[in-house]
Amino acid sequence: MSEKRFLISIEALSKHYPTPDGTGETAVFDNIWLRIEEGEFVCVIGHSGCGKTTLLNILAGLESASSGGIILGGSEITGPSLDRAVIFQSHALMPWMTVFGNVAFAVRSKWPTLDKASLYAHCRKYLDLVHLGENQDKRPAQLSGGMRQRVGIARAFAIQPKMMLMDEPFSALDALTRGTLQDQLLSICAETKQTSFMITHDIDEAIFLADKIVLMTNGPHAKIAEIVKNPLPRTRKRENMHRHPHYYRMRSHLLDFLVSRSKTFDDTIVEGGYDPRNPPIIEPGRTPRATLATPSAGEFTTAGPMESAVVR
Amino acid sequence: MKLGVPVRAAILSGALFLVFVSVWQLAVSGGATSTAGMDPEYAKLMGQTAKGASAVPGPSTIAVELLRHLADPFYDAGPNDKGIGIQMGYSLIRVLLGFSIAAVVAIPLGFVIGMSPLAYRALDPFIQILKPISPLAWMPLALYTIKDSSASAIFVIFICSLWPMLVNTAFGVASVRVEWLNVAKTLEAGRIRTALRVILPAAAPTIMTGMRISIGIAWLVIVAAEMLVGGTGIGYFVWNEWNNLSITNIIVAILFIGVFGLVLDQILAHLTRMVTYAD
Repeated sequence: MSEKRFLISIEALSKHYPTPDGTGETAVFDNIWLRIEEGEFVCVIGHSGCGKTTLLNILAGLESASSGGIILGGSEITGPSLDRAVIFQSHALMPWMTVFGNVAFAVRSKWPTLDKASLYAHCRKYLDLVHLGENQDKRPAQLSGGMRQRVGIARAFAIQPKMMLMDEPFSALDALTRGTLQDQLLSICAETKQTSFMITHDIDEAIFLADKIVLMTNGPHAKIAEIVKNPLPRTRKRENMHRHPHYYRMRSHLLDFLVSRSKTFDDTIVEGGYDPRNPPIIEPGRTPRATLATPSAGEFTTAGPMESAVVR
Repeated sequence: MKLGVPVRAAILSGALFLVFVSVWQLAVSGGATSTAGMDPEYAKLMGQTAKGASAVPGPSTIAVELLRHLADPFYDAGPNDKGIGIQMGYSLIRVLLGFSIAAVVAIPLGFVIGMSPLAYRALDPFIQILKPISPLAWMPLALYTIKDSSASAIFVIFICSLWPMLVNTAFGVASVRVEWLNVAKTLEAGRIRTALRVILPAAAPTIMTGMRISIGIAWLVIVAAEMLVGGTGIGYFVWNEWNNLSITNIIVAILFIGVFGLVLDQILAHLTRMVTYAD
């Protein structure tokens, strides 16, 4: 694969925090390597404390890495930038601005010289995209949780970033609203060919949205255990997604990881069996046994990657 | 018919006021002190008291005097005889001047302190020591250095208005939610734009609360300051009437001070509501 196709390249990234007693350092994650192609939707799954949010914050430029770096489109990330937009977990709208004002604040940041009419048209376009055009003059406090998050989505997409970063954007919403918003997000991403990086701990959300699902082990010293390619076609629909032949295999593979393998992964690594630069890529339903850099199946007491990767 | 709480509260307020006024009227009209057996010269010195009535006027006397003041608030018959409106005007101008200068200093300084943990730590000991000093303690120092009594009064108002605004601005700015600052950062909003569009509106309710506390303290302090510096103002008016032994005028002035304090407070309360956002 040629290097050019990758929009983002995370290279040897580590983040350390001083321990509370000040004597040493704990690594949240160590030696993380990940490449994201242009137009790709990547979800990161892992338990709380594995440094998912830290990773996203470093990508956003809000935190700095202890070592290693991230290359975006040929240059290293050194701080926040308008080429990366963030959709925050808690919408993070400015309550003193109207819905329109919130989006306009972002648009003005990207294009400071935009005239009033174009500004209006641009903001309105993105508010209509999330079906909130009619509510543009309301304050965030007058909106429901789902509507607020939609404003956050409109604000992020309105600056047309190269990279969309999402930190569990739907976790505070009820299931019904979450589903609707995922549908909208998927269609907007498809329409704009948006490269996206999303953190979640909702397996179904990851399966529905992602092209690739990155599994992170529990911290400290969290690492990328494997990258799961979503076998479901991009045209997947919520209604018929579960009928796909690989859906349940995929789902139980992810579930196994969250339930047990995220804890025990480190113990299952054999000498030379894990390369942090190239974590194993799993394609549920396709990956043949032999290509997996794992010990023989007999050594697993709990479900190994084989269990779900291999058709039974 | 059941009346709402506001109506019932108003009726109760009115009743309490009537009771208070009646008791007051009764207390001052009866119980005359006897002058029998008192030296006539001494009785003369004692003024009204010696005549057999209380020196404290009743509410009816106050009402008459109040109407007289309201009928002609702006007369000027020499340095010691000015209308209550003129005196009130002097006090208001001093309070607003001192308060405005304090706001101009405290809000930007509070911004710096709130945004920089270094500045916060460096300036905190000074603020903690200067804050509890009674503003009137500055008066001799101000009179000596400024050498102008009116400006000294304004300085005292400045000093007493400064701290609540400074502390509240610093607190408001320091407690702006990180997520809003992160939004501004990811949007590459400049420092000035972030300060004006994000931090200022976010901290505005806290800053306005500080301003409301400040104007209240300033209005408390101006009376005492003007009693000290003399010349003009409602504080001087009260002191002057004390020298005239006109309890009636003192009570009228007290009423005026209360009403103006209420108005100032309500203006600031209204402004606070304007910048408060629902979250």
